[in-house]
Amino acid sequence: MNTTVKTPSPASSAEATTAGSGARRAPLPAGRRGARKAADWRQRFEIAVLSGPAIVVFVAFVIVPVGMAAFYGFYKWQGYGPPTDFVGLDNYKIIFSDSAFHEVLSHNGFIVVLSLIVQGPVAIVLALLLNQKIRGRGLIRVLIFVPYVISEVIVGTGWSLMLQTNGAVNDLLADIGLGALKSDWLSDPKIAIWSLLVIISWKYIGFAVILFLAGLQSIPEELSEAAAIDGATYWQIQRSITLPLLGPTIRIWAFLSVIGSLQLFDLVYIIWGQYIASTAGTSTMATYMVANGRNSGNYGFGNAVAVVMFVISLAIALIYQRFVLSRDTAGALTERPKK
Amino acid sequence: MTALTYRAGAQRSRGRRKASGRGTPATYFIALLFISVSLAPVLYIVLGGFRTNAQITTNPAGLPGPWEIGNYVDVLSSSIFWRQLGNSAIAGFATTIGVVVLGLMVSFVLARYRFRGRGAMYALFAAGLMFPITVAITPLYLLIKDLGLTNSLAGVILPQIAFALPTTVIILVPFLRAIPDELEEAASIDGASRLGFFFRMIVPLSLPGVVTTGILAFIGSWNSYILPLFILNDEGSYTLPLGVQAFASQYSVDTAKVLAFTSLSMIPALIFFTIFQRRIVGGLTGAVKG
Repeated sequence: MNTTVKTPSPASSAEATTAGSGARRAPLPAGRRGARKAADWRQRFEIAVLSGPAIVVFVAFVIVPVGMAAFYGFYKWQGYGPPTDFVGLDNYKIIFSDSAFHEVLSHNGFIVVLSLIVQGPVAIVLALLLNQKIRGRGLIRVLIFVPYVISEVIVGTGWSLMLQTNGAVNDLLADIGLGALKSDWLSDPKIAIWSLLVIISWKYIGFAVILFLAGLQSIPEELSEAAAIDGATYWQIQRSITLPLLGPTIRIWAFLSVIGSLQLFDLVYIIWGQYIASTAGTSTMATYMVANGRNSGNYGFGNAVAVVMFVISLAIALIYQRFVLSRDTAGALTERPKK
Repeated sequence: MTALTYRAGAQRSRGRRKASGRGTPATYFIALLFISVSLAPVLYIVLGGFRTNAQITTNPAGLPGPWEIGNYVDVLSSSIFWRQLGNSAIAGFATTIGVVVLGLMVSFVLARYRFRGRGAMYALFAAGLMFPITVAITPLYLLIKDLGLTNSLAGVILPQIAFALPTTVIILVPFLRAIPDELEEAASIDGASRLGFFFRMIVPLSLPGVVTTGILAFIGSWNSYILPLFILNDEGSYTLPLGVQAFASQYSVDTAKVLAFTSLSMIPALIFFTIFQRRIVGGLTGAVKG
């Protein structure tokens, strides 16, 4: 640490700081070229030291496994020794002709669409309400975030006990005189996926609300004050000023929600287990992958399912980026964000 | 989809009452309603732990009567609960430290160095957002197995750090960019090198963003399920989520005890979140703006 502070002369390090890519090419007096070169190497060294560990870990545990999935997906392989039984696209043919996979796709589609429809509007209204100057706002925010903070396992365990045939929900319905509504919330294939939707919405809506609240805080108050002076009502202000300005946040939330719904695994696997999920009509791509891949020892097939999942998610993500997010993230992914 | 959501929200809210900006009784009512819905299942778990199995069977939705602390005492005096709590804590803190240190270093490079390949490097991490752990889990398991890290917490920690890096980079880079260049110039005039500037100015100034990413990493690790499910097969190395599930299937008849175990296992994440919740909203505000 000590030596790094001393070695560069103030002048050369100041140059290194201000030098853009253009400035670097500017001709230099001969005597200072050496110092410049040293600063250049120094910078390269610093970049390598600072970014090296993160890149190594990231590539080793994120990029390589994804690449391995693509490779193993072409093999029939039980996970022992190197894969030798090359089967080409057979795994993919099986996936796309498997009626169980078609069901799984429709379940994922259902969750994607209804999560947006159910959570979006409710979360926006709640965020607008909670953005007002009400008492106990801090406490309210903590409390609505509780379901998001507790783990899927806890949520799954608690809800499956509550929704059992002789569980708390049916008992409560009987107590308040709605005994006719008692159902097999988890095992009836007509109802189970709606139960899943309720649990998902319950767990993740707090995240949407917090995200929207964060977005609302970055909207300058002067705008609504000015509109109020011009005679706009509270809800007119929300509709014409706040909501459009909240647009980027809503679009990012929708993106995160869609990707999350496509990857849904934990809650289904915990509540319905690996076997019941398909008969109850709640299985997802990820539970299909685990049940038919690792749990049945077909690692090659499991990897092929992973690739299909990834391609579907990526396609949706790219389309969404291209047509919906493009104006918001045009800067964020490539250029310096405006701030 | 966005347009639809937006219109639905707007129609719902149109023309209810005059501008106020302050809470009316209706606001409080809706907030209260929402909070009760959010908390009811949690309370069911916590209160259920204070009941006996007989109480739960005869009246599933009732309150404890009389209150029974035996379940909680049993869980708290069992070594398995404390071991799993310890495992979760180790995994959580190691992941958090790893993510924060590696994330801050690489974000500093991305935010404040100009060099060829910087855009590609940022894109590499940003693309990581598209690789959820679910997709990579099967090969990841094989990789960890080859490294001989199954049944060890390191096999969970390293992938967790890797998968938390994209979010961290995306939150931290705007934070670090927002630090004015003048500060850096002033520091270099005073004789500080780039690295000196990093440790003396960047680290303290980016604290809000660091805390946000740290909390997200910790809670993510505390709750993570699919990765430990694949990597940890030996009950001694279980983290709490696996422990809760194992406990629930092992004692499936003893519902009250399962509820006690479950509610105890959620306390640490809740405490952690409550202490730092202001920071989370603050950090997200920065990230959303960027």
